[in-house]
Amino acid sequence: MCALCGVLAGSEHWTDAVARPGVFTRNTDAWQRRQERTNRVACASRVLGFYGLTLSDWQGTSFVLSTATGKTELVDNLSHLWSSAEKLLGRPCDPLDPALIARLETDAPGGTR
Amino acid sequence: MTEPTPVNLITGFLGSGKTSLLQRLLSDPALADTAVLINEFGEVGLDHHLLERIDDTMVLLQSGCLCCTIRGELSAAIKDLHSKRERGIVPAFRRLVVESTGLADPFPILSTVQADPVLKHHFRLGNVITTVDAVNGEAQLARRAESVKQIAVADRLVLTKTDLAEAGAVDALVAHIRRLNPAAPLWRAAEGSLEAEALLSHDLFALAGKSDQARRWFAAEVDAQPTHHHDHEGNRHDANRHGNSIHAFSLTFDGALDWTMFGIWLSMLLHRHGPAVLRVKGILNVAGSATPVAVHGVQHLVHPPIHMAAWPDGDRRSRLVFIVDGLGRELIERSLMAFLRFTAPVKTAAVA
Repeated sequence: MCALCGVLAGSEHWTDAVARPGVFTRNTDAWQRRQERTNRVACASRVLGFYGLTLSDWQGTSFVLSTATGKTELVDNLSHLWSSAEKLLGRPCDPLDPALIARLETDAPGGTR
Repeated sequence: MTEPTPVNLITGFLGSGKTSLLQRLLSDPALADTAVLINEFGEVGLDHHLLERIDDTMVLLQSGCLCCTIRGELSAAIKDLHSKRERGIVPAFRRLVVESTGLADPFPILSTVQADPVLKHHFRLGNVITTVDAVNGEAQLARRAESVKQIAVADRLVLTKTDLAEAGAVDALVAHIRRLNPAAPLWRAAEGSLEAEALLSHDLFALAGKSDQARRWFAAEVDAQPTHHHDHEGNRHDANRHGNSIHAFSLTFDGALDWTMFGIWLSMLLHRHGPAVLRVKGILNVAGSATPVAVHGVQHLVHPPIHMAAWPDGDRRSRLVFIVDGLGRELIERSLMAFLRFTAPVKTAAVA
């Protein structure tokens, strides 16, 4: 979906850029793609945990985003992830939210907790 | 797959010399195979008559302001050019230059090229070149939000009419421009030759190749030290919307970073604060990659990341330059570090 106008159109997210000369992407072969999806689920889940959301891979093509009470959204890529998360939560997901940053800082390896 | 054709945007406020610049650039033999799209604002295409090079590859967009009405029309015009090129009706141009109206917000134009389902396979974004009028620039910056934005998103800046302006006023304007965009190389059009190649061709995508010079050029841009104004941090709420809240800063950090987590962080930041992140540009030391990755974004739009062929110099630190409207440097840095600490210990070095 176009971030600008909301039009549903083929949107290649920069983190899934099509492999071509000069472009850095992990969207190169099946193994790399799966590996990156696994990493992405793991990394995103650490952040989404703050909001009580979980993310899992769905058939290697989409992601399933769920709340603790089972509300679920299918998301295609990272740009959809945050709008879907906000829709499920009914509030913004802001990486500059001091409460989120504080939680990440204390939970990180070598953090204060 | 054939190389995508670069699309350069020439923007700048009304009367700032966009067309004169275009005219000068197109007289350079190096740009002989360049197609041009210009946009008409108003009823009389005056700009059009000033252009010497009018040929079959030029299409006039007749219906007013690019920013709001011609997103589809721009897309159609580029597709038409592409179609004619493929059919051999127009010469096989290797570059496309779009001249926007002085009132246009550059973002939708960039977005059109990158997001259109057809165009994105045949064209790629090249440098954005912004002209600034040395005589009226300061007044435009004070009054017109578009003018501020046009400077902030520029990859190359061209100061025009410096021969008509007082030296002191020019210096003050340059200082103002540098607060909005510290990194983009700046030329003074009236005081020397303009290097068409450097303005149009030396871009992020081109430097993925072997040109050491281009890589060094990019590194110099990223390393340009923004003027840091702490008063912006403290007085953000007092800043007026026409530019005082826009400022630039750079972050530098040691150690390789996790690409996946960086992607999650930047996509989250741009989702929530995209309109306020006018530019993000940098070289990253990505874990698992021997050579650096260049990232470059304008608001919600991030260019495909470029895998550079080599480091530009001995410095292996990641460097990111932000131009933001109303966001604080400390919070952005703390947030990025908090995200990245989940994956690898990263030590920051304060810059700017």
